[in-house]
Amino acid sequence: MAQLTPAAPGVDAGLARQLLSQMMLIRRFEEKAAESYALGKIGGFLHLYIGEEAVAVGASSVLRPDDYAISAYREHGHCLAKGSDPRRVMAELFGRRDGLSHGKGGSMHLFDKTTNFLGGHAIVGAHLPLAAGVAFANKYRGGDQAIVCYFGDGAVAQGEFHESMNLAALWKLPVVYICENNGYAMGTSVERALAQTEIWRFGHAYGVPGEAVDGMDVLAVREAVGRAVDRARREQAPTLLEARTYRFRGHSMRDPAGAIYRTKEEVEHEKQRDPILLFRTRCLQEGWLTEADVKTVEKDVNDLIDEAVAFADASPEPPLEWLLSDIYKEG
Amino acid sequence: MTYREALNMALREEMQRDPRVFIFGEEVGLYDGAYKVTQGLLKEFGPKRVVDTPICESGFTGVGIGAAMVGLRPVVEMMTFNFSILALDQIINSAAKMYYMSGGQFNIPIVIRGPGGPAYQLAAQHSQSMESYFYHVPGLKVVRPTTPADAKGLLKSAIRDDNPVVFIEAETLYPIKGEVSDDPDFTIPLGQAIVRREGRDVTVVAYVGMMYRAMEVAAELDTEGLSVEVVDPRTLRPMDTETIIGSVRKTHRAVVVEAGAGFAGMGSEIAAFITEQAFDDLDAPVERVTGANAPMPYARNLERAKTPSNERIAEAIRKVCSANGR
Repeated sequence: MAQLTPAAPGVDAGLARQLLSQMMLIRRFEEKAAESYALGKIGGFLHLYIGEEAVAVGASSVLRPDDYAISAYREHGHCLAKGSDPRRVMAELFGRRDGLSHGKGGSMHLFDKTTNFLGGHAIVGAHLPLAAGVAFANKYRGGDQAIVCYFGDGAVAQGEFHESMNLAALWKLPVVYICENNGYAMGTSVERALAQTEIWRFGHAYGVPGEAVDGMDVLAVREAVGRAVDRARREQAPTLLEARTYRFRGHSMRDPAGAIYRTKEEVEHEKQRDPILLFRTRCLQEGWLTEADVKTVEKDVNDLIDEAVAFADASPEPPLEWLLSDIYKEG
Repeated sequence: MTYREALNMALREEMQRDPRVFIFGEEVGLYDGAYKVTQGLLKEFGPKRVVDTPICESGFTGVGIGAAMVGLRPVVEMMTFNFSILALDQIINSAAKMYYMSGGQFNIPIVIRGPGGPAYQLAAQHSQSMESYFYHVPGLKVVRPTTPADAKGLLKSAIRDDNPVVFIEAETLYPIKGEVSDDPDFTIPLGQAIVRREGRDVTVVAYVGMMYRAMEVAAELDTEGLSVEVVDPRTLRPMDTETIIGSVRKTHRAVVVEAGAGFAGMGSEIAAFITEQAFDDLDAPVERVTGANAPMPYARNLERAKTPSNERIAEAIRKVCSANGR
C-alpha cells in the first residue's frame, strides 16, 4: 500500500465522514450509471470517474459555495462534489426533463448554476480558456472567488492549455488548474503524447507555480488545492496542480475494460491504491470513524443513489417543444 | 461621420453605459486598434477595460466566453475575421451552444467583431467573406452592417443582446461617410432588414459592399426604364425574411448578390426561402450573383474578377426581368 500523508491537520470525524461519504457516493453513482448504460437507459458516451474520486472530493472540500468549478467530459464526480443533487445528475444522464440541463446536455454537459458548476465541456482543452475567463471576471469585479478547472492529461498537448497558462500568468488570474493525470488520453499513454511527462513542470515555463500531488490521497489533494485556492484569493494568481491518479475502467463504456493499451497487471496494481480503500483504512486507523460508521455511510450512499435512479426513471422525457427552446435568450 | 467613427462611438457609449462591457483583442489598446476602431478607448477607460491580448485567438476568445458565462459583456475584436477561424471551436462549440446544452442556465452575452470581406490585394488568407462559417450555427446571431448608421445602431444592439453576436464589419467601408445619430439611445434592432431603394420591377438583396454596387446599378438601370428595389438584410441571422418576401411579392423577381463564394452561400439560403415562401409570386427563377468559387487571388485583375462587378449585377437583373415578358 502507498504511503499516506503523515500529518492531517484539521481533520476530524466530521470532515473524515464527509470526504469518505462523497467519494463513496461518486463511486456508487458511477457503478449505477454503468449498470443503467448496460440496460440502455443511458445512451451516447459515458466516461466513468471510478478510481479518480479523491481528486474531485479533496479539491471541492476547500471550496466555498460561491467558488466555481469547471470540467471536461468525465465530470460526474466534479459536479456531485460541488454539491449537485445526484437525482438531477442521474436524470440528466437518462435524458429526462428533471435533469440538470433538462435532458439537453447529457453525461458530457452537466451544468448547475445553483452550485456554480460551469460544465461539462467535451472538446479537449477548450474549457481551460473559459476558466481563465471566469477568473478574469472575478478579478474584474474585485471579488475573491476562486475557480478550479479540472482537465485530463490529454488536454496538455492542446494549444489551449498553453494559451491558458500564458494568459493566466500574464494577467495574474485567480484560477486553479488541476490536471487529472490518469496516465492515458483515451488509449494514448502520457509517454506517447507528451515530451515532458511531469505535467506540473509545464507551469514553470509560464511562471505558474505548481506541484504534483498523489491523486489517490484525498487529504493530500485537499492540502495542495487548499494552498492553490489560498494563492488565488490572496495573490490573485494561478496554480497548476498535477494530480496523479488512475482510472480503473476504460475510457468510456465503449472501451469497458481499457485492455488494449494497458496490461491487466498494471490495472490490478493500481487498484491496490484505490482512493476509497486507502482513506477508509486511514479513517479506521486514526480513529476518525468506526467500522459501524463506515457501514452507515455505505448504506446512506447506496440509498441516495437508489433514490437517484428511481427519480431519473420516474422523470418524463423532455417535451418535444423543448427541441427549439433555449437556443436564444429572449430580451 | 465615418463608419469607423460610428463603431468607435457605439463602443464608447456602451462602455459608458454599462461597466460590465469591456474590450479584448490584439492591438486594441496601446496601438489604438489595427484599423483604429478602438481609438482613444484605452485612454478613456484604462487597461482594465481595454485589454491588449497576445496573438492567441482561441485562447482570448475563450477567456471572453468564460467571462460572459458569469455575467460580464465582452466585446472581442478579431483583428480581421480571417483570424476567427482559429477561434471557430470556441465560437461554435462554447459560445453558441452553452445556453442550449445547459438547459437555459448559462447564456453568453458576447460580441465578436472585426473587419471582414474582400479587401484590396490582401490575397487568399486575408481577404474573404467569413459570414457563411457562422450563420449556419444555431445559437449565433450574425450581423453585417452596411452604413455608418447601421454600424453604430447595430453594434449597440449587439452589445446589449444576451446572446453571442458575430459582428462582421466591412474592411473596405471603414472610411465611408454617412449621417449618424449622436443620441446614446439610438439603436437598430437585430433582425430587421431595410429597403434601401424602392422599385417595382425586381428585388435585389445585397449587403455591405455589394449593396453599394446594387444601388449604382439600380440608378443606371433606372435610365433604361427598369425600376429596381434594393433590400439590405443587415442581420443575416436571424434573417428578416418577412421584409424580403414582402418585396418579392411586390416585384415578382429577385436577384441576390453576395461577395462570398456562391456554393452554399447566403444567396443559396435567400433563394431557397423565396422559392419556398413566394414561388407562386415569382415570374422568373431567383438569380444569384456571387463571388467566384475560388480563393481570393492577389493579382489586381484576377481580384477584380473574383467579386461580383456592376456589370454582372446588371446582367442578372436584365436576365430576370426579360424572363416571361415583363
